[in-house]
Amino acid sequence: MDILISVFPQLFKGTGVTIQLFLFTLIGSIPLGILLAFVLSSKSKFLKWIVQTYVWLMRGTPLLLQLIFAFYGLATVGIVLDRFEAAVFAFILNYAAYFAEIFRGGIQSIPKGQYEAAQVLRLTPWQTISKIIIPQVGKITLPSVGNEVISLVKDTSLIYILGLSDVMRIGKIAMEREATLLPLIGVGIIYLALTGFFTVVLKQVEKRLDYYR
Amino acid sequence: MLELKNIKKSFGSRTIIDGLNLSISEGSILAIVGPSGGGKTTLLRTLAGLESIDSGDFLLDGKKFNPMNLKEQEQVVGVVFQDFQLFPHLSVFENITLAPKLVLKEDKAVYTQKAQQLAEQLGLTTLLEQYPYQLSGGQKQRVAIARAMAMNPRVLAYDEPTSALDPALRQQVENLILDLKKQGVTQIVVTHDLDFAKNIADNLLEVSPVK
Repeated sequence: MDILISVFPQLFKGTGVTIQLFLFTLIGSIPLGILLAFVLSSKSKFLKWIVQTYVWLMRGTPLLLQLIFAFYGLATVGIVLDRFEAAVFAFILNYAAYFAEIFRGGIQSIPKGQYEAAQVLRLTPWQTISKIIIPQVGKITLPSVGNEVISLVKDTSLIYILGLSDVMRIGKIAMEREATLLPLIGVGIIYLALTGFFTVVLKQVEKRLDYYR
Repeated sequence: MLELKNIKKSFGSRTIIDGLNLSISEGSILAIVGPSGGGKTTLLRTLAGLESIDSGDFLLDGKKFNPMNLKEQEQVVGVVFQDFQLFPHLSVFENITLAPKLVLKEDKAVYTQKAQQLAEQLGLTTLLEQYPYQLSGGQKQRVAIARAMAMNPRVLAYDEPTSALDPALRQQVENLILDLKKQGVTQIVVTHDLDFAKNIADNLLEVSPVK
């Protein structure tokens, strides 16, 4: 128990890295996902093909592999990112692909009549998207987005491969040093606390959006 | 006066409207009746700028206009859709004021007063804070009318206004359309219901599928 208590301050330091990666990924991947979803729902076959290929690549290969490519692979072609930047880059590209598919489904579920009503009222395409479509898509896709958000919290543990000191790596080092699994119980508690917190936040958002059907 | 001259519209090899001419004078009601596939809704959609025409002219007070390419803030035809297409995430007040605010760029005081006037005119005063899912079919229709009228269109067009309502509400719609006529609103009503059309219309246009 003493080991568990003594390891927690170190684990909290690692939690900072985990949360930073989590937030940067969400901030980057949700807007990118929305943009890609509109391309996927557009009439341009060429642009659609490019985005579909991108989504296929990102969803069809392991995130771990993408992390390695972002850090080691890009460096071989002269694009040198530090470890954390490479992690953020890979995570944003990977999660944007998943969000794009989720938002595409949401966009396509909005009746055509909503676009026509906006058109007849002379709203611009941007006003239609920002004031009519996105708010409705947000509500429709929230449960799926919530699942991705929870997955993201856990997926951040993959950055151990780049040697970043997130909560998982610190826990693993402590485990090897102390020759006990107890630090990993601390790691589990921190992930549970994080996913629990975001679950509550997402439920609150869902409740706030429950004002209409 | 709104005039349509020699309007033609086809979808592929299928001709829907073949050289249609008509005129609607200010403050009158034109009912367009006919069976399904006769081009009633297509005609309304071309007027609203939702479909292009192959040839012909639209004239407003003698001046040509293209419904698909109007000047900013100009609106000739306001549409009340068959299934209303209210924005579900916006309250009745927001549904009515969204376009005046964003498109006409009216001040808050102006669009608020407009919404209140329309709500009073259409019996919606107690419903302004409600959301579409909380409304009955008849109430939704009145909100759709208020939303269309808030853009100050020259003509108000309805697509099958009685089809989504139960028979008891049919009379209410009739009264509402005739009330708006008394207020000088020019209206086009697309309907398959001939009796309803005869009760409200000054002019009746019967369309049938082009052979």
